[in-house]
Amino acid sequence: MHRFANPARFLRLSALLLPWTAGATVILLIAGLYLSLFGSPPDYQQGDTVRIMYIHVPAAWMSLFVYTNMAIAAAAGLVWKHPLADLFAKAAAPIGAGFTLICLVTGSLWGAPMWGTWWVWDARLTSVLILFFLYLGYMALVNAFDDPQRGARAGDVLLLVGIVNVPIIKFSVDWWNTLHQPASVVRMGGPTIDSSMLIPLLVMAVGFTTYFITVVILRLRAELAQRKIQTLRFSVAGDGATG
Amino acid sequence: MTRKKRRLYMLGLALLGLGAATALTLTAFQDNIVFFYSPSQLQTQQVGDRNFRLGGLVEQGSVRKLTDGVTTEFRVTDTAHTIGVRYRGQLPDLFREGQGVVAEGKLTGGVFVAREVLAKHDETYMPPEVSEALKQAGVYKNPAEGKTAANTNAPPAATKKE
Repeated sequence: MHRFANPARFLRLSALLLPWTAGATVILLIAGLYLSLFGSPPDYQQGDTVRIMYIHVPAAWMSLFVYTNMAIAAAAGLVWKHPLADLFAKAAAPIGAGFTLICLVTGSLWGAPMWGTWWVWDARLTSVLILFFLYLGYMALVNAFDDPQRGARAGDVLLLVGIVNVPIIKFSVDWWNTLHQPASVVRMGGPTIDSSMLIPLLVMAVGFTTYFITVVILRLRAELAQRKIQTLRFSVAGDGATG
Repeated sequence: MTRKKRRLYMLGLALLGLGAATALTLTAFQDNIVFFYSPSQLQTQQVGDRNFRLGGLVEQGSVRKLTDGVTTEFRVTDTAHTIGVRYRGQLPDLFREGQGVVAEGKLTGGVFVAREVLAKHDETYMPPEVSEALKQAGVYKNPAEGKTAANTNAPPAATKKE
């Protein structure tokens, strides 16, 4: 892990990786969307409305996956002071917030026809809304400091405090009575979803993941380039003052 | 190296404390986080005259439209206990006998008068043909079985009773 924390090595490796993850994203999302919309059957209870699942569920998984990765990066940033860890968290935050928003909006659109309501304050929906606010709060906090290093440290603490919400979201449907149904895929006793629907779902989920990797690499490279420009500017300004 | 180790231990301790605090808080607020009560819980829980939510399955053969055309009467069951519900208004698409339902309202004279009725679906997804085939073969196995009895969250699927 320490090997990859070196910014120069990251730039070299990510340049090699980027075309592959970008290509995989395009292929997986096209295949996944085709399978979800045309290549899979309607549900025995919900009919075609079930197709919202192929966006909603991967987005929900990603919102948890991205947050967990950011929290791990925050721990690495606090404990080992990795130069890339804080940058990763900062780069991933808007993507994770986007996934959470997609999850909330599609969930609402799904709930309206099926449950008969856009929103209820049950444990699952409320805890996901809190996750969305954690993302927004992190982004606001990190950018609220003049010194980026202090901003990153405050953000790391917020991310690590917020990690308690991740198991709460996952297990909210088992611990309490909720309107949201329990897990269908990641559960004891195997998935309760037919393989004709599970495969499109997994293709979409992998596609969402490669999309995240692609965009986070792009954002990290942009962030590193910006840092370099800033350093150069300072040194030029410094030279001007002395010369 | 020792400083890194110390920071790591501090972080571990802080997370442990935070986790414990959260667990205690959530346990303390257990009753407030519950979205609905099941008919069985209502036998022991004092709800009085306030609004609350009732959740369970719509009992087979219990749905009845009254002559005014907009009022529906049905019974909500968790297979152990049953409560009659009266609701005036439009029902969601997924509302059907044997399916999960969450109704908000209050108890008046032993009947639950609902202001709002929401449909709840379980975690099973399959194509209609598979559901038909399973029903015909009589092998449909309720995936919610084997969970704890207290978990009313996973109502048995409609197909099980046929």
